[in-house]
Amino acid sequence: MSDIEKHPKQILAGRHLLAIEDISPLEITALLDLADNYVELNRQTEKKQSILRGRTHINLFFEASTRTQSSFELAGKRLSADVMNMSVKGSSVSKGETLLDTAMTLNAMHPDILVVRHHASGAAELLAQKVSGAVINAGDGQHQHPTQALLDALTLRRNFKRLEGLKIAICGDIKHSRVARSNLLLLHKMGATVHLVAPLSLLPADIDRLGVKVFTSMYDGLKDVDAVMMLRLQLERMDGACIPSAREFYRFYGLDQNKLERASPNAIVMHPGPMNRGVEIDSTIADGPRSVIQKQVEMGVAVRMAVLDALARNLPSLTNNDGGNS
Amino acid sequence: MRWSNDRNGRRAFVNACLVDPASGLDAKGGVLVDSGRIVAVGADINKQSMHGSAEVSDCYGKTLFPGLIDMRVFTGEPGMEYRETLASASEAASAGGVTTMIVMPNTDPVIDDAAIVDFILRRARDTALVRIAPMAAITKGARGKIMTETGMLREAGAVALTDGRVGVANPQILRRAMSYASTFDMLIVQHVEDASLATGVMNEGEIATRLGLPGIPRQAETIMLERDIRLVELTGARYHASQISCADSLQVIKRAKQAGLPVSCGVSVNHLVLNELDVGAYRTFFKLSPPLRSEDDRLALIEGLNDGIIDIIVSGHDPQSADTKRLPFAEAEFGAIGLETMFSAALSLYHQDQIKLSRLIEAMSCAPARLLGLETGKLAPGSPADFVIADLETSWQVEDTTLRSSSKNSPFEYRSLEGRVEKTIVAGQVVYSYDKP
Repeated sequence: MSDIEKHPKQILAGRHLLAIEDISPLEITALLDLADNYVELNRQTEKKQSILRGRTHINLFFEASTRTQSSFELAGKRLSADVMNMSVKGSSVSKGETLLDTAMTLNAMHPDILVVRHHASGAAELLAQKVSGAVINAGDGQHQHPTQALLDALTLRRNFKRLEGLKIAICGDIKHSRVARSNLLLLHKMGATVHLVAPLSLLPADIDRLGVKVFTSMYDGLKDVDAVMMLRLQLERMDGACIPSAREFYRFYGLDQNKLERASPNAIVMHPGPMNRGVEIDSTIADGPRSVIQKQVEMGVAVRMAVLDALARNLPSLTNNDGGNS
Repeated sequence: MRWSNDRNGRRAFVNACLVDPASGLDAKGGVLVDSGRIVAVGADINKQSMHGSAEVSDCYGKTLFPGLIDMRVFTGEPGMEYRETLASASEAASAGGVTTMIVMPNTDPVIDDAAIVDFILRRARDTALVRIAPMAAITKGARGKIMTETGMLREAGAVALTDGRVGVANPQILRRAMSYASTFDMLIVQHVEDASLATGVMNEGEIATRLGLPGIPRQAETIMLERDIRLVELTGARYHASQISCADSLQVIKRAKQAGLPVSCGVSVNHLVLNELDVGAYRTFFKLSPPLRSEDDRLALIEGLNDGIIDIIVSGHDPQSADTKRLPFAEAEFGAIGLETMFSAALSLYHQDQIKLSRLIEAMSCAPARLLGLETGKLAPGSPADFVIADLETSWQVEDTTLRSSSKNSPFEYRSLEGRVEKTIVAGQVVYSYDKP
């Protein structure tokens, strides 16, 4: 019996999942345990659970997303929630309605769970203050993307059977990456050693105070690491150029066979997607035997089911709901 | 103004603790007022001596000091009256002990023409509770390109030149404006923030990195400050940095003052009592320009105020409505209101023994008066009778429902502050009395 079954209400008791700072190592472990169960479930023919029956789950994506949105949608549907995808294009949001007005409108429809992606840091936090249901941050600006960090942790833990003591390199566009922030905080929290590798113009100020080691060379940063997490070069977030060209970036920071040889022989290669092949990662690596990129997508659905499950346990019960039966 | 200068009748405010930094006075006594001006100040103004010859008001031992002069106030009049009018700002000012508001030119239209200066002064006379004097723009439309008509603006009643919430970026234009302004002995007031470096939304550093917000480095301020001081060397203009926010800027100002240059600077009360940690979970009321810096910077600024490197304290009063503040942090406007809380917030430094009361009051009264050539800011016979009676110990809660400003973006919302203004007197008349809740 996992921890969450013993103490179901203690996981994500904060009601929302907004940032890694809000969850404890114990909660993370319990969520990963729960997600492990869902990985097994998702590999069966019958994938449906009734835990979220009667619950309304709204995906509110202000930024385009394929994998995260469909992953949340599948997760909700497999747990029997009524899932609605708010398409932002062509809606009142593109007519100038503010984030809070949109949120209040949706809130009036009594959603139980609101999954939000927005281009502004802190957007999920702002919504959480104003709506009555649970809010899951599916990426806010350059701040965080906690379910990505959880799914990466699940991928790592299933591969290495532990997180503590692992040495992980996160490489590339750290400055604009919410994935990097969530991952480094979670991994540091779980006792892993985190190396950040990037040119100085792609590192935010004082990042070394977050418990990581900073390298500017892939050859130094990748030495003996157990996993290499590549990040997408976010050219659309760059306010002016932080690097001279994609070609130059690939030469010094793109992951190729040469650089990967510095890592431990069993090292795995990760990428949150979508990839810029030939910019931050060589296609032979992305599709090669060490790549777990497809596995990350699989873990994504399981982790999001675990998060939805845990949050639903803390939601007020509906009178006509006969409860979960995980 | 809603008070008039010509009301007859002598009135004495007695039994007060008088604090007048201009004369160094710090003693028990009273103030005698006639026809809007101070007639006498001192221990011999008391209940007995005034009996029968003046209307006597007992101050019950409270502190009496010169009315505050706030050198950085934004209003929405003309153009954005829903945020703040001169009248509503003056109500807030009166409750905060501010008897003279120096309003910034960033209105719509911008105060860049003698006719608009005249409009402000007439609106102030007709609607406001306290004195109002405008600063005019350095450049037309505060767009940093074409110099305004300094001489005519001065004649119309502008007390200094500034582009308000933006700095003049082009050094050639600033150089010419400085040279021309010194012809008329006009003070140039600059918002020291290099816009091309200050593309972020809060102090650059660990906190911004954790919040995933783009940072504003201290160098955005120091680079412009250093450059401007070179231009002061070149032109001899009187120059005032409107607000500095970091320890490095203090060094720059200190060197300029030691070199004997006509340079001064201010600090907002927010930067003296708050720091970047107050931003917390993306609280936009703490989004300021310049941004709140680290605790080390804050402590350095207090020291700079003590040493006299910093000349004045401003509120930086900048009313913003819900539609510009209740947004994700990066999209929200900069600015916080402060007229009503400036004195009480600044007083926390006195209560924490970080600064003397007389120095605090000096930085908010006679120091700005000296910079702008105003006759207020002191308790001297012949001066306008603008002063404040305050209880330094009363604690009160800042509530958005009771703040008088039309906009409620106060960083001190829901905080308890110790010490508050009980009476504000402008031209000898009581324009504000505190009603205990």
